[in-house]
Amino acid sequence: MKNISAIMKRELYGYFTTPVAYVFIVIFLFLTGIFTFYLGSFYERAQADLDPFFRFHPWLYLFLIPAIAMRLWSEERKSGTIELLMTLPISVSEAVIGKFLAAWCFTGIALALTFPIWITVNYLGEPDNTVIVASYLGSFLMAGGFLSIGSCISAITKSQVIAFVISVVICFLFVLSGFPLVLDFFQAWAPHALVDAIASFSFLTHFDSIKKGVIDFRDLVYFAILITFWLYATVVVIDSRKAS
Amino acid sequence: MTTENQSIAIEVKALDKQFGPIHAVRDVSFSVSHGEVLGFLGPNGAGKSTTMKMITGFLEPTSGTVIVNGNDVTTHPIEVKSSIGYLPEGAPSYGEMTVLSFLRFIAEIRGFKGAEAEKKIDAVVKKINLEMVLGQTIETLSKGFKRRVGMAQTIIHDPDVLIMDEPTDGLDPNQKHEVRSLIKEMAEKKAIIISTHILEEVDAICTRAIIIAAGKILFDGTPQELRATSDKNDIDDAFRIITTQHYEQHGERAHS
Ligand SMILES: Nc1ncnc2c1ncn2[C@@H]1O[C@H](COP(=O)(O)OP(=O)(O)OP(=O)(O)O)[C@@H](O)[C@H]1O
Ligand SMILES: [Mg+2]
Repeated sequence: MKNISAIMKRELYGYFTTPVAYVFIVIFLFLTGIFTFYLGSFYERAQADLDPFFRFHPWLYLFLIPAIAMRLWSEERKSGTIELLMTLPISVSEAVIGKFLAAWCFTGIALALTFPIWITVNYLGEPDNTVIVASYLGSFLMAGGFLSIGSCISAITKSQVIAFVISVVICFLFVLSGFPLVLDFFQAWAPHALVDAIASFSFLTHFDSIKKGVIDFRDLVYFAILITFWLYATVVVIDSRKAS
Repeated sequence: MTTENQSIAIEVKALDKQFGPIHAVRDVSFSVSHGEVLGFLGPNGAGKSTTMKMITGFLEPTSGTVIVNGNDVTTHPIEVKSSIGYLPEGAPSYGEMTVLSFLRFIAEIRGFKGAEAEKKIDAVVKKINLEMVLGQTIETLSKGFKRRVGMAQTIIHDPDVLIMDEPTDGLDPNQKHEVRSLIKEMAEKKAIIISTHILEEVDAICTRAIIIAAGKILFDGTPQELRATSDKNDIDDAFRIITTQHYEQHGERAHS
């Protein structure tokens, strides 16, 4: 625990002493604004909810989260600091979890900074605030899912560009796997149970369900398993690099 | 007999490392006792850094074992890493951090808290003369100061075993002198391995020298013995004779 928190603090320090944090937060706020007000027709709908705001989160995360995650391990490898980190008396999982939690915390901060829109909608009408809280939670969990995938991919390569591109592609699959396009591909040859399983892999399926305001235990379990799986994969990748 | 055994700090047995077609380290065995300073010599690409990376648990050996203070590095990595201070080649550190925050991070990971951590940091900062740059970010430091920050990181927890990959590389003559005196001063109770391309350093601080080329140990003895292998009683000459002879017999490349 002590090591995880030390790593986490160091990472967060790294975010906020470089322009990374500020650029990310500004772009995130700017894009959520654009999506909500223009594409989502926040005013024109004349409904007191934040659906136009949350609806675009998966698509925003698709590009913004891999941009955060790509530096998690690639940068350490490139600058050689991974040799310093991995010869300190910490376990690989402590390092993986510490770094992941820092990045997750950071996206949480960015998400929290969208609070003016919550205030606005409460000022303009009477929204169902439990739905909004659930949506925020769902969005945060989804960000964690995206990040865990990005963490694993960035452990594979030194190049942040490659890490970014591969992460986007894999995250895209996880977003899309609930969509007909992907399911049709599997429907042709895979058993029915597998197709259902693939559909249930989608971020969208679970985010949409939480977004309705009902926090189903299964959705929480989904994200918990997903994050655990990818973080475990990160540990495996880093361990295997030792032997290469 | 037992006391002698107890004082052995590092035991390297039949260490081997293969990177694909490159056989970087071949059947390397040696041990280092407390009070010894081992100079690790050899031409570029000889396998010095790779051996050190295996001792410190950064790389896994293809075969062979490393035992540090009774713990096997593959089965007890945390215990081994706690007792080692390691300066990797090029002294990598987090460039965006200030020297002070970097040292605080290392102190925290090394298990020091609050006042104790500050005391450790103070002591090491004085020892390495880092007072002037404490608040500066590491990426803006000169090469020599970066190296000194790496050095501070290495010794902050007063480790029992020190492994330093070219610790004096890039330092000015005064700092080289400082680092050498520092190593000598610490040598009494610790087991130290340093790699270097500066052969006078071996004379100045090492109690023992190992020459490695193409992954193999070619010489293991005291600096005096090393010097004696040359007719001119010159250490550079001895190094040249030992390493070039090997290459003439076995070809240039490590992978054959
Ligand atoms: N990660 C790696 N992948 C493939 N080959 C490697 C890797 N690391 C080292 N090598 C190879 O292993 C051999 C030994 O390298 P090493 O860095 O240990 O040499 P060295 O003795 O430290 O040399 P120098 O004096 O230049 O620092 C070299 O042939 C090098 O190319
Ligand atoms: Mg080297």
